[in-house]
Amino acid sequence: MRHDSGRHRGDRLGLLAAATVGVVGLAFLYQQQTRNSVPQRRGDSAPGRAARRARFGRYAVVGRTVTIARPRSEIYAFWRDFSNLSSFMENVRRVEETGEVTHWTIAGPMGRDVHVESRIVADRPDSEIAWRSTGNSEIDTEGKIMFRDAPGDRGTEVEAIIAYVPPMGELGRWVAKAFQTEPHLQGRRDLKRLKMLMETGEIATSALRKTPS
Amino acid sequence: MRALTWHGKHDVRVDTVPDPEIINPRDAILEVTSTAICGSDLHLYDGVIPGMMSGDIIGHEFMGRVVETGPKSTLQKGQRVVVPFTISCGSCFFCQKTLYSACDNSNPVANQDVSENLYGHAMSGLFGYSHLTGGYPGGQAEYVRVPFSDIGPIVIPEGMEDDDVLFLSDILPTGWMAAENAEIEEGDTVAVWGCGPVGLFAIQSALLMGAARVIAIDEFPNRLDLARKLGAEVIDFKQTRVLDALMDMSGGLGPDAVIDAVGMEAHGFAPDTILDNIKQNVGFGADSAHALREALMAVRKGGRVSIPGVYGGFVDKFPLGALMEKGLKVKTGQTHVQRYTDELLRRIGEGEIDTTFLISHRLPLEEAPTGYKNFRYNQNDWTKVVLKPGMTSA
Ligand SMILES: NC(=O)c1ccc[n+]([C@@H]2O[C@H](COP(=O)([O-])OP(=O)(O)OC[C@H]3O[C@@H](n4cnc5c(N)ncnc54)[C@H](O)[C@@H]3O)[C@@H](O)[C@H]2O)c1
Ligand SMILES: [Zn+2]
Ligand SMILES: [Zn+2]
Repeated sequence: MRHDSGRHRGDRLGLLAAATVGVVGLAFLYQQQTRNSVPQRRGDSAPGRAARRARFGRYAVVGRTVTIARPRSEIYAFWRDFSNLSSFMENVRRVEETGEVTHWTIAGPMGRDVHVESRIVADRPDSEIAWRSTGNSEIDTEGKIMFRDAPGDRGTEVEAIIAYVPPMGELGRWVAKAFQTEPHLQGRRDLKRLKMLMETGEIATSALRKTPS
Repeated sequence: MRALTWHGKHDVRVDTVPDPEIINPRDAILEVTSTAICGSDLHLYDGVIPGMMSGDIIGHEFMGRVVETGPKSTLQKGQRVVVPFTISCGSCFFCQKTLYSACDNSNPVANQDVSENLYGHAMSGLFGYSHLTGGYPGGQAEYVRVPFSDIGPIVIPEGMEDDDVLFLSDILPTGWMAAENAEIEEGDTVAVWGCGPVGLFAIQSALLMGAARVIAIDEFPNRLDLARKLGAEVIDFKQTRVLDALMDMSGGLGPDAVIDAVGMEAHGFAPDTILDNIKQNVGFGADSAHALREALMAVRKGGRVSIPGVYGGFVDKFPLGALMEKGLKVKTGQTHVQRYTDELLRRIGEGEIDTTFLISHRLPLEEAPTGYKNFRYNQNDWTKVVLKPGMTSA
């Protein structure tokens, strides 16, 4: 049922050494200048990850924005209850918040679970939530979800940015497969599923039956 | 259940497949009573629509009786409903604007990638029309699962026959929207390419909307006769030079509006058609656009171009200059079916619109492959095929 676009965009994310902290912030603001006869290019309004060439240190960055026809507060509240995340994130099996930390169980390669523990680094009700992995994690990652009013009566623009250090070995190959062949794919699919859930109360499926027979 | 399944170019079969189940809260299951073969199905039959998989159940014009409902469905068991071929959630930005065929939420997420890469944006879900539009099992079957059953299906009052209302699912609103997109003004001359079901309903709609004259173009005498009976003048493109004829028939002005109800598989012996067909056959994603090119050349300056005919890929030698220099206005798209169904149901009820004149054959579902073959290769006599799952083979 699934189609591959066949397009390889892996090398769009240059992984050169640079800052190693606040990557998400960097991804948002930093625009790499490109060669041109223009003496100096001014920054534009696009997010940094849309830059033709961008550097985020060791981190690979994926992100995507969707508009959801629901109020900010409702989407924020749904997301802030982390146990909801697995209902629309394809690879996420379970997310549990215990005190200060959140434990993510991610469906990994060969039926193995991958564990990530994260700590909230920013939580501004109805506008943003940011998190960062702790040392007890198999993947070094940080993420941020932002909610802002869409123009007109269109609801909320939801923007997600996830940065991660591509790990080595078998896990690394799996992460690369999950993200890098289509860096925006996983993010965009997950956000679209969130949109479906918030706007229609269900996630579209073309299956004939509940369980394939 | 029994269902018509696609297995490759010119290979459709009635197979036994599992019955559908309710999956999402807004689903309903129908027992199909009537389902038609559409010109769009011929594009699948001819293998020119990408994203088909062997075993796919096709068919997107259907109606039936509700046999099961999910907890959030607004339908009731036993109701007779016609189902729009466009699957729409009713609450996204597009559905709110009544752009139902642009719904953001009906195409399953994994199926959106291809069209997003191909067209810049993902297409909505459609019944039985390739995995680009969701891979939804279609309605040429005994049973069908209908998602968002609280939004799409229209409940049919008892007393109206299936054949009177079945085409509300697709071709009747498609012909209607085609005429609406032509922005017809009192006194207009409208030219319609293609006298298949879509073209015929576009002709009927254009006349209802006040066109002074409709000129219909096809090559098949029986189809041209149906157009004539509706009140159109006709051009047989096999015996007449279409552009010259249209110029003369419209007093040298050109038609005020043109409607391409042919789509990506235009026939003809013009060099562009032959080239297009070669490219289509080697799988370039190339569309045969002869009718559209001709329509763009024929339409008067400042005229309107309406394109209900389906295109899926790319086209060469597109008369872009004619479009710009003549200041044309183009409107197209998959039909926003749900926008038109209430009004059209009323017009059928009041006897203003006849929907049955074009049905040439009614067959049991089991004989669907015969229906496809003839609707494809015997177009003169087979103008519209309705399949009846409940009917027994003769
Ligand atoms: N926009 C939508 O939502 C929508 C819905 C339904 C069907 N369609 C499309 O509308 C088109 C017509 O559908 P249909 O059911 O009437 O199909 P059809 O195949 O029965 O009719 C097409 C007609 O066009 C004629 N034709 C072919 N080449 C021509 C040419 N060069 N000049 C003039 N006429 C020519 C054929 O002889 C035939 O009669 C198809 O492309 C179909 O996919 C679009
Ligand atoms: Zn159709
Ligand atoms: Zn919608």
